[in-house]
Amino acid sequence: MGFSADDLTAIWLTFRLATLVTVLLLLLATPLAWWLARTHSWWKTPISAVVALPLVLPPTVIGFYLLLAMGPNGPLGQLTVALGLGTLPFTFWGLVVASMFYSLPFVVQPIQNAMESLGERPLEVAATLRAGPVDRFFSVVLPLTRPGFVTAAILGFAHTVGEFGVVLMIGGNIPGVTRVISVQLYDHVEALDYGHAHALSAAMLIFSFAVLVVVYGFNRQKKMARMMGAA
Amino acid sequence: MLRIRKIIQLLFSLLVCAAPVGHAGDLTVAVAANFREPMLQIATDFEQRTGHRPTLIFGSSGKFFAQISHGAPFDCFLSADQTKPAALVAAGLAVAGSQFTYAIGAIALWSANPDWVDDKGEVLTMGSYRNLAIANPELAPYGVAAMDVLRHLNLTRSVRLVQGENIAQTYQFVSSGNADIGFVALSQIMAAGRLRSGSAWRVPAELYSPIRQDAVLLTLGKENPAAVALLSHLKRESAIRIIESFSYQTQVID
Repeated sequence: MGFSADDLTAIWLTFRLATLVTVLLLLLATPLAWWLARTHSWWKTPISAVVALPLVLPPTVIGFYLLLAMGPNGPLGQLTVALGLGTLPFTFWGLVVASMFYSLPFVVQPIQNAMESLGERPLEVAATLRAGPVDRFFSVVLPLTRPGFVTAAILGFAHTVGEFGVVLMIGGNIPGVTRVISVQLYDHVEALDYGHAHALSAAMLIFSFAVLVVVYGFNRQKKMARMMGAA
Repeated sequence: MLRIRKIIQLLFSLLVCAAPVGHAGDLTVAVAANFREPMLQIATDFEQRTGHRPTLIFGSSGKFFAQISHGAPFDCFLSADQTKPAALVAAGLAVAGSQFTYAIGAIALWSANPDWVDDKGEVLTMGSYRNLAIANPELAPYGVAAMDVLRHLNLTRSVRLVQGENIAQTYQFVSSGNADIGFVALSQIMAAGRLRSGSAWRVPAELYSPIRQDAVLLTLGKENPAAVALLSHLKRESAIRIIESFSYQTQVID
């Protein structure tokens, strides 16, 4: 048992990937969630559906289409080649793009929920105090929806760590570049190396449990605090 | 109230009836993914000849090995290698003496582009490609063979490898154009003795050890006459003709 050098490479790679994806997703999801929470546009329904697609699609479907789309004959692939970036499959940045799509609902939805439950009132009050739209967003919306952001960041990170099917389809299993923990674990199992598989599996299990405990504990604490405040 | 109960009863009985009912003469066979197409044809032929109806399950040999070790209800196992059937025999999960080679696989260097692979495989030494796809050599016998070839050509250090989880995924990497070239199974790119698309170099047999794929009777299928019949059917002329039509070799069985 214990981790091999390859395992440690995979763990570090996964950590880097999940961190980068979480940061980028928070930047992308914030305006998107804000728009979804406020709009009455006809587009809200289809856009929400697209955001939620990764929740219901099998990861192999996502991976397969990303492989075709990002390949030299796909629309995304032709775009990246035209920009001088080459094609994305089998690269770290390819995994970043794929993971951002794959983890999108886990980041957008908690933020959107927090923003929706905020309601109009705090913004109206801020407006009467002559706060401009940008000021209102940063000094009212963000602080009041912080729990949503924390949940979003944790879930986005954890979901990216647990990603498997998509990476398997577009990663190409290159050590230090695309061989993440879940793929490394899969290789151990397939190669009948159950000792190393156990070590990695146990680590993943403990990590996932700890993450969920933190999320639920955090949410409960917030609820308690709110109740106390009301009392 | 009564009606709801009737509906629930009806639904329940439907569910129970719809469950597959096993009847005598049936068998379940675990088949290595690369042998999918020939096995489908062989199964049809087998069913017509004997009346036994095989249920075929396709997947990677490593996964099947783990499942059989934990009591999966399979009667026969057609592996992509020789080590897993042998290990099952050693563990008492397969019948000693039942193991035999049903197909010998070959590999080819292939590209989806009709001009990229020359008939001597010189594209490998010239290095004018972005990446080369192989099956994961730790999991797939076809990946081991590919590494053999690279070692023989002293190229293990200079190649830019991407690995597919199995030979089917490796094929997908190359056919989608994401990998310029790749070592795939000859059976994947040939149809009726001709290259189906792209360009290929049929790797000479002396550059790698042949990929012997062994079948074995599992302990669970020992008493099942259909399982015994299927394994002997694989050695019959009609099955061998199908296997060879997919560019596998077979060995003379004495």
